[in-house]
Amino acid sequence: MTEPSRTGAIRDINGPIVTVDLPGARSGEQVKIGELGLFGEVISLAGTTAVVQTYESTDGVRPGEIAVGLGFPLSVELGPGLMGGIFDGVQRPLEKIALQSGDYIRRGISVPALDRARQWEFEPNEALEPGAKVSGGLVLGRVQETLTVTHRILVPPGIAGELEELAPAGDYDIEASIARVRTAKGHILKLSMYHRWPVRRPRPYLRRDDGISPLITGQRVIDTFFPQLKGGKAAVPGPFGAGKTVVQQQIARWSNADIVIYVGCGERGNELVDVLESFPQLDDPYSGRKLMERTLLVANTSNMPVVAREASIYVGVTMAEYYRDMGYDVVMLADSTSRWAEALREVSGRLGQMPVEEGYPAYLASRLAAVYERAGRVETYGAGSGSVTLIGAVSPPGGDFSEPVTSHTKDIIETFWALSKELADARHYPSIDWVTSFSGHVHTAAQWWHKEVDPNWERRRTAALALLARDAELSRIVNLVGPEALSDAQRWELEGASLIKEGVLQQSALDDVDTFCSPQKQFALLDIAITIYSSGAELIAIGVPVSELQNLPILAKMRRIKSMYTSDQMNQIQAFRGEVNSAMGEIRIEYAKQGEPAVS
Amino acid sequence: MSIKEYRTVTQARGGLLIVKDTPGVAFGDRVRIEDYSGGIRNGQVIRAADDAVLVLVFEGTDDLDLEQTWVRFLDEPVEIALSPELLGREFNGLGEPRDGRPPILSNLRRPVAGSAINPAARTYPREFIQTGISTIDGLNSLVRGQKLPIFSGSGLPHNRLAAQIVRQAKLKDEDTSFSVVFAAMGVSYADAKFFRDEFASSGVLRNVVMFINLADDPPVERLTLPRTALTAAEYLAYDLDRHVLVVMTDMTYYAEALREVATAKGDVPARKGYPGYLYSDLAEIYERCGRIHQRHGSITMMPVVSMPSDDITHPIPDLTGYITEGQIVLSRELHNQGIYPPVHISPSLSRLMKDGIGKDDTREDHPRVSAQIYALYARAQETRNLASIIGADELSERDRRYLAFADAFDTRFVGQGESEDRSIEATLNLAWELMSSFPRDMLTRVKETDLAKYYTGTD
Ligand SMILES: Nc1ncnc2c1ncn2[C@@H]1O[C@H](COP(=O)(O)OP(=O)(O)OP(=O)(O)O)[C@@H](O)[C@H]1O
Ligand SMILES: [Mg+2]
Repeated sequence: MTEPSRTGAIRDINGPIVTVDLPGARSGEQVKIGELGLFGEVISLAGTTAVVQTYESTDGVRPGEIAVGLGFPLSVELGPGLMGGIFDGVQRPLEKIALQSGDYIRRGISVPALDRARQWEFEPNEALEPGAKVSGGLVLGRVQETLTVTHRILVPPGIAGELEELAPAGDYDIEASIARVRTAKGHILKLSMYHRWPVRRPRPYLRRDDGISPLITGQRVIDTFFPQLKGGKAAVPGPFGAGKTVVQQQIARWSNADIVIYVGCGERGNELVDVLESFPQLDDPYSGRKLMERTLLVANTSNMPVVAREASIYVGVTMAEYYRDMGYDVVMLADSTSRWAEALREVSGRLGQMPVEEGYPAYLASRLAAVYERAGRVETYGAGSGSVTLIGAVSPPGGDFSEPVTSHTKDIIETFWALSKELADARHYPSIDWVTSFSGHVHTAAQWWHKEVDPNWERRRTAALALLARDAELSRIVNLVGPEALSDAQRWELEGASLIKEGVLQQSALDDVDTFCSPQKQFALLDIAITIYSSGAELIAIGVPVSELQNLPILAKMRRIKSMYTSDQMNQIQAFRGEVNSAMGEIRIEYAKQGEPAVS
Repeated sequence: MSIKEYRTVTQARGGLLIVKDTPGVAFGDRVRIEDYSGGIRNGQVIRAADDAVLVLVFEGTDDLDLEQTWVRFLDEPVEIALSPELLGREFNGLGEPRDGRPPILSNLRRPVAGSAINPAARTYPREFIQTGISTIDGLNSLVRGQKLPIFSGSGLPHNRLAAQIVRQAKLKDEDTSFSVVFAAMGVSYADAKFFRDEFASSGVLRNVVMFINLADDPPVERLTLPRTALTAAEYLAYDLDRHVLVVMTDMTYYAEALREVATAKGDVPARKGYPGYLYSDLAEIYERCGRIHQRHGSITMMPVVSMPSDDITHPIPDLTGYITEGQIVLSRELHNQGIYPPVHISPSLSRLMKDGIGKDDTREDHPRVSAQIYALYARAQETRNLASIIGADELSERDRRYLAFADAFDTRFVGQGESEDRSIEATLNLAWELMSSFPRDMLTRVKETDLAKYYTGTD
C-alpha cells in the first residue's frame, strides 16, 4: 500500500505552513518535517515545490532540514480498541502520549492509535465457509470491544475475492492475520482485525436511505419541539456561554445512539476532561452500562495546533462511518465547526488565497457541505442499516447569525437549534429559541411518537407552539400599553405560555432528576400543561376570574413536577393529572352553582 | 553553531525586520539587534526561509536604519530563567528586571512559548474559592484552576475589584493563600502603581511576581509578556507546588498590539482588522491555566478585558468569552448609581461553578438559590423596562414586588464594601432574605425542602 519514501529539503517556514523541495510529491501526501519529524500534509504543489501544512508547532525548524514524503494521505486506524479512548486531531492516543511524554504533548511523538499488544477474543462469522465470496464491508467476525459494543470485523472496502481461510475463535492481536482472501487476479491477501482509511475520502455503502426514527435525546425542547432523525444533520449556533457545549454533552449522555463520537474541535481542555471524568461514572439509560463504553473522544483543544484542528473533524467522521458500517447508529458531535472553519481560513490566509467574506476562502461553503454530507442513514454492504447523525456547534462572532459559517451551515442542515443570549441570560436552559429554531423532521418524527407514545403528540406540540406565539404577541401589547389592557382570557394565555416555558421547555442539565426525560414523561408534561391551560380557558369563558386560577397550587406544582419525579415514576406524574382535573373540576362546580341564580 | 552577526537588513517597518542571506536560522529563535548607537533590542524569527528571515523586534523598529543595524541569531528560543527568587520581583515582558536589581541567575530556563497541555493529563477544577464577593461567590463561583475574566470598560473599577479578589481569595475553611503573578500590558503608570501599593500594603508583596509593560513601553513586547508571566506561573505551580492566581491586565492592549504586528505583516484580517488567528493566539494564553493530575499546585486566571465602547460583541471580549470559563461583567449603569462592585449578573457566568458548589462544597441549596435569583432578576429587569415605558403606577401588585426586589438586590446584594469580605453563608442567607419577599409559590426553582429550611417570609 505504501510507496517508498522520498526525501527533500525545507525552504521556508511560515508558522504551520512549510514550503519544501520535494520532487514527486502528491497532493494530500503525508510529509515528515525536519529533524523533529513533525507530521504534515501537502496542500499545494508547483513544480518540485510542495506546500505542507504541519499538525504541530514548527518552532526550532530550519530551512535546509530534511523533509520526507511518506507516499500516503492522512489516514486513521480502524479496528477494536477505539471505544472509550481519547485521540488528538490526527488520531494519536492522548492517554498513551501522557504516559510517554508527561503533562505536555512532546512534538514529533508518534504513537499508533490502536494498541498492538492487546489480545482480543475473535469469534468468526459462522455463516462464512472457505470458498465463500467476500467483498468490502462484509462481516468476518466479531470482538467484544467493550461490554456495550460488539465490534464487527469487516472486510476493508475495496477488497473482493474468495475466502481461503477464516481464523478459528481465539485471542488475537490486531496485527494477526484472521482471514486470507484470494482476489480475482489470484493474489492472496491477509486480513487482520484493523485497516487504515484515508480520512478525507467518505467510506462507501450500498445505498442511502431516508431517516425513519427520531434520535431520542431525553431533552424536551429537542425531542418534542425540534426533533432530529437518526442519520440527520443538525447545527447548534449560539453566542458564547449560551449552552452549545451543554446541549452537545447532553446528547452525548442521553441519546439512544449505539455509538457517540465527541469531537472537541478548538474548544476548552476542561470540557473534554469533564466528559472523561464523568462518563465512566454515568449509566446509559438504555443499556444500563457505563456511558464511556460507547463513547470516543477526539480532542484538538484551542491551544493545540490549528492545522490538526482542520483534520480532527475528518478523523472523527471517518471513525463514525466505520461504526456505521458495522450497522450502528452513530452520533457525531462537533464542537465547534466554527473553529474548524477558522483553521481553514488561517491556512488559506497563509497561502495568500483571495478571501471572500470575513477572511474566509471561497471554498468554505463547499467544504462545509461536504463534511455534513457524510452524515446519513445507509444500507451497509454487510451489516444492515446504519447511520451517522452529525451535530455541529457553531460559534458566530458577536452572536451574529448572519456571518458566513452560520449562514452557510443553515443552508445545509435539516435541524437548527438556535440558542439565544436573552434566554441564557435569564437562565432559561436549554436556551433553544422556539421562534428561530426549526426542524425539517417533525412529520417523520410524528409517526414515531404517535405509534410509540401517544396519537395526540403532534396536536399538543402545535397547541404549545401556538400558545408561545400568542405570548409573544401579547407581550408586545403589554409593553406598549401595560398589563391592564389585557382581558382575563389573554392573561390566562400568558400564564399558559409561562407554564409551557417553565414546566416543559426549561430543563436543567444539572438537575439529577430532570437531566434526562423519557418520551413518555415528555408527553405527559406537555399534555398536562396544555390541559391546565385549556380547562382554565373554559372556566374563564364561564366567568371565573383569572386571579382565582392564578392562585391555584397546581400551577406551582406544574413548574416543579419535572424535577420531582423521574421518568421511572410515571405513576406520580399521572396522579398529578388527577389533581389538576379535580382542582379544575371543583372550580367548575362552584361557578356552575353560583352561576345558576344569575342565569335564571 | 557559532553565532554570526548579520548586517543585511533590507527592510525595517512596523516592528518587523527583513534580514537577507541568513542560511539555517530556526523558526521562532531569539534575535539580538544592535542599532547604530550601540543600543540593544530583542527579537524573534517569525518567518524563516533559506534566503531571508522576518524578525519581530519587541522594542519596535523606530529609529533603526538599514546600514548600521547588526543582527545576531542566538540559536535559542525566547526563554526566561526561573528560580524561587522570582517572588517579590518586577520584570519586563522578556523577563529582564525592571526593579533595578540583578537578573535572575538560574540554570533552569524555559521557553516562554510553552506547549499544549495534554487534555488527558488535566484534572477537572472543582475546589470552591471564596472571594468574599456575593455576586461572584453566590452566583458565579470561582474554582481553583479556572480562567474567569473581568469584562470592564474605561473608568470602571476593575482594578479595585481585582485587587479585592487578590486580597480576599481563599479556599473555604483553609488559610493557604495564593501566590500572585501580575501581568500588566499597556497600562498606565498610575494603574501599575495602584497594584504595587496594593500588594505592599496588604503584605503580599513577597508572594507576588510582576511583569510590567506600561502604556509608553514598546507595544510589541506585550506579545511575549503574558507568555513570560505564565511560564513563571507554571514554574511556581508545578515545580514549587503553589496555588497561583494570575491577574492579567489589560488583554485588550495585548490584542491591539497583536493587530498592529499582524497588519504590518500583511495578514488577512477577519473582524475589525484583527487577524483570524486572534482566537487561537488568545487560547494559547488562557488555556495554560488549570489543574493537572498529580500536581499539587494550580493556576487560576483572572484577566481584565476592557470592552471598547462597552461593546461585549467586540472581537476581543467576544473571543475571550469563547475561550474562558465564564466572565464577570461590570456595568456602567450600576457604577453610575454608586454601586460597588458594579457586577451585572445577567451576562455574567461561571461555567465551572457546577462542580464546586453544593452540599459538600458550599451549601446544599446553593445551586438552586443561584438559579432562582437569576430567574427573579431576569423577570425584574423586564418589569423595570415595562415601568420605564408605562410608569410604575400602572404595574400590577406582583410586578411592583419585582421592582422592589430588583432595587434591594442591586443595593444590598450586588453592592458591598471594598473591604467587606462576606462568607458564602452570609451571601446565601442574604439571598434568602431577598427572595423571601416573594410568596413561596413563586419560588419554583428551589426545592420544598429548601423553603422549609431557609425561607423567612410570612407566606
Ligand atoms: N441545559 C442546561 N442546564 C443547565 N445549565 C446550562 C444548560 N445549558 C447551559 N447551561 C449553563 O450555561 C453555561 C454555558 O454553557 P456552554 O458551555 O454549553 O456554552 P457554549 O455555548 O458552549 O459557550 P462557548 O461557545 O463559549 O463554548 C454552562 O456552564 C451552564 O452553567
Ligand atoms: Mg462551548
